[in-house]
Amino acid sequence: MVQKSQDIAVATANKLSANRLSLYYGEKQALRDITMGIQANTITAFIGPSGCGKSTFLRCFNRMNDLIPNVRIDGQVTLDGKDIYRKKLDVYEHRKNIGMVFQKPNPFPKSIYDNVVFGLDINGERSRSVLDQTVEDALTKAALWDEVKDNLHKSALALSGGQQQRLCIARAIAVKPSVLLMDEPASALDPISTAKIEELIISLKDSFTIVIVTHNMQQAARISDKTAFFYLGELIEYTDTGTLFTNPQREATENYITGRYG
Amino acid sequence: MTHLESELKKLREDTEAMWHLVISQLEKTHTALTDFDKGLCREVIATEKRVNSMELALDRNCEHLFALHTPVAIDLRFVLAILKINNNLERLGDIAEGICKYLLSEDQAYDKQLVTATQLDEMFVKALAIVEDTLTAFQGEDTKLARTIFQKDEELDVINNLANQRLTEYIGQRPDNIGQALNTLSMIRRLERVGDQSKNMAEEIIFYLEAKVLRHGGNKKKKLH
Repeated sequence: MVQKSQDIAVATANKLSANRLSLYYGEKQALRDITMGIQANTITAFIGPSGCGKSTFLRCFNRMNDLIPNVRIDGQVTLDGKDIYRKKLDVYEHRKNIGMVFQKPNPFPKSIYDNVVFGLDINGERSRSVLDQTVEDALTKAALWDEVKDNLHKSALALSGGQQQRLCIARAIAVKPSVLLMDEPASALDPISTAKIEELIISLKDSFTIVIVTHNMQQAARISDKTAFFYLGELIEYTDTGTLFTNPQREATENYITGRYG
Repeated sequence: MTHLESELKKLREDTEAMWHLVISQLEKTHTALTDFDKGLCREVIATEKRVNSMELALDRNCEHLFALHTPVAIDLRFVLAILKINNNLERLGDIAEGICKYLLSEDQAYDKQLVTATQLDEMFVKALAIVEDTLTAFQGEDTKLARTIFQKDEELDVINNLANQRLTEYIGQRPDNIGQALNTLSMIRRLERVGDQSKNMAEEIIFYLEAKVLRHGGNKKKKLH
């Protein structure tokens, strides 16, 4: 009973939280008993070697793992203190509140304008002034407005890779989510585009809670407030980024970030 | 061994080489004092250039490590510690050179009564032992030994604190040898600094191995942001 009330306290104090979360792909266990909380308006980085479960864990927050056959989840995941795996949850409504950006920029083969308003459009928003304002706001927040404002009706596919990724971020934030999940958002980009994305992520922190999966440890060190290290499906260490990269408490973390295994 | 590990290994070896050179400089300075060997003094002064060039090379290697390998965790603390230890070692080289310059300015050997009364010789032995202990602690990654340096530094402080009174008494008895007495005081002050530099190096050894900051009386975990 005491444990349960503590769990509720943890869940409500955080924007996102996982409580004793385990995930199985059929017989294979991909996540092992993970408990962690993510505070609002922070940037949290997930690091770890390939196959450690960090992307799987990220996808638990917007229930993308539901799309994979034979997935089973034990434990609890909450958003604003509410269980997101409860039976009555409307998953589509839930996903409006949690935007996602992927490794490879994936703009739709439409104009820049139509990409940004896509989410609003399918939700029935028809007011031209609302749509125009949303496009300007989202592209400004995504640090892309100045570069594309005169070409809003040109194809999004004509943009560079870095611009396409910022467009995808604009598209994700246009529906005004409170959480942004990013799965290696800069790994396919050149250093200049990467720097722009990183600056953008930092600037978005005031408006969103951001969780980012990255293989680039320097990127995690540069932009995140907290870093979680995963290994073989377990959360090994989760602490302030400054502490994790200067004085990790677990040997496995130190071995990984110093490149001694992985 | 990864590229970074081999670079760190080389940095460690170069630092140890500089440590040995500085110890050798202090040993020769001690011998030059006891034997009044001006030739040895000139050798120490000439060799000081090597100490300086080693300092520059170590600085440059640390810079390259930061720029090319962006070390983290214990590797980061190690390179930060080397940067500071390097500076301390260079200062120890300066101390040996400074004492040799005092010896060169003398026409005759130091008065044995003066050396005995001020514990100058004993201070030299203790100072050398401290520097050797810091090297042993560094090589063996031995924070227990590193912590003994603080107590040993205090022993040098005691001799230093008694120096004024002892020299006043000596000058009262031997007013004709006031020049040597004043140089002795300067040498004692420098040997006291050997203890301070060694203490700084011991703190850096503890910092890199345990992530604890002992400077300025602190013992909290260091957080770098």
